[in-house]
Amino acid sequence: MNPAPLFSAFRSSLSEAWASGAGLLLPLGFFAGTATMVPFTLGSEAELLSRVGPGVLWLALALSSMVTLERVFQADLQDGALDLWLQDVGSISLVAAIKTLTHWLVSGFPLVLMTPIVGYALGVPFEKMIPAMIGYGLGGLVFFLWGGVAAALSAGVSRAGLLIALIALPLYVPALIFGVQMAESGLDSPSFLFLSACTLFALGVAPAAMGEALRLAAE
Amino acid sequence: MLSYLANPLRFMRFSRLAVPICFALGALMIGWSLYNGLLVVPPDEKQGGDLMRAMFTHVPSAWLCMGLYAGLAGASFVWFIWRHELADVAARAIAPIGAGYTALCFITGSIWGQKGWGAGWHNLILGDSRLMSVLVLFFLFLGYMALRAALETRQKAARAAAILTMVGMVNVPIIKVSVDMWQTTTIHQPSSVISIGNPEPRDKDAGMNIVYLQQLLWGFGGHTLLAAAMVMMLMRSEVYTQQADRALALKLEGA
Repeated sequence: MNPAPLFSAFRSSLSEAWASGAGLLLPLGFFAGTATMVPFTLGSEAELLSRVGPGVLWLALALSSMVTLERVFQADLQDGALDLWLQDVGSISLVAAIKTLTHWLVSGFPLVLMTPIVGYALGVPFEKMIPAMIGYGLGGLVFFLWGGVAAALSAGVSRAGLLIALIALPLYVPALIFGVQMAESGLDSPSFLFLSACTLFALGVAPAAMGEALRLAAE
Repeated sequence: MLSYLANPLRFMRFSRLAVPICFALGALMIGWSLYNGLLVVPPDEKQGGDLMRAMFTHVPSAWLCMGLYAGLAGASFVWFIWRHELADVAARAIAPIGAGYTALCFITGSIWGQKGWGAGWHNLILGDSRLMSVLVLFFLFLGYMALRAALETRQKAARAAAILTMVGMVNVPIIKVSVDMWQTTTIHQPSSVISIGNPEPRDKDAGMNIVYLQQLLWGFGGHTLLAAAMVMMLMRSEVYTQQADRALALKLEGA
């Protein structure tokens, strides 16, 4: 198989992340902003904040993954890149996977790196930080993969943001639950294994569904 | 049976008779189970007294909403593989009925739970795992309908919705398991219908008393027929709509 489409998909998603103003900063700002709102809504007692902190960060991660999902495949559909990728038989699922992973790299992974700062502000205990970051990395992958399926399905729909959220949120439930449990109980808990299983399952299933959906969107 | 009815003409001929029969039989059976369930059988104090009579609607709708999602996935699968138009018509008709039954299940369940689980639990309906998985199922149905409504042509909507349902179907067991693990201390009773035959009705771990079980099964049969009748009715109206569209297109063409 010719790897050229994969490279071009990787490059184009990277440049898309930086194009159109503050592409990369948007989810970061959203993530930080959501977390900042928490003390205003829940009150500022240190004990309460450190207890709900990991859960709040999971919620912020799930929501901020939605911010940019709408753009992932729509640009390719509009500028014709999708049609070119589709001509290379059999690679569309891989291209979709690469695009989603790149998307995670530019707008999911920075959230993981930002977690210690926001977590510190919320008073999350230090020893919980590393498991939480691993969890956010794995859970973020699940979010971006299932969200990518929703985005691919609604690539032809204009202003699909709310539709993507409605489709994807029920699919986020398992990763959210296992992720929050893991934030409580650490790396040697079954929740960590379950979360990893969710990630692997999404990695296996979502690209095929995305490929099929993109083939439909290009018609 | 299903492959016999896959012919739209045969389906229309069959459903013209089947819809009224299913409606009538379903109404009779639901009426019988409600009459007995609400007025005749003794209340079970352990299950919230008179409130346990919600069971005769709650349990059938819980079974049906899962069955209808499986039916939706099956119809989508058939359409996706064999592109059989009637399968898509069926999938489209199942979605609103399924959403209705999930809503019914959640509403009856929360009414029953709010009073039956006692004052301490009254604001924790959202904290019960079995009710929560029904709620997630409701959103899966909603997402399906929203996606169908957003895509412009019928073919595109059918294909996208079929992909979505198959993705949803492989996720449903995972969601179910994860929600069960999220609240291991559910106050919802475990499934107690299957273990019939234990004559001691008050024992919590034992099977259900036969008096209740009978009405429950009548209710389940009635709701199944009612759902089938409603699905077939929606399918018929969809077939008629498509025929009308075709006739209109021909007329505009001047044929």
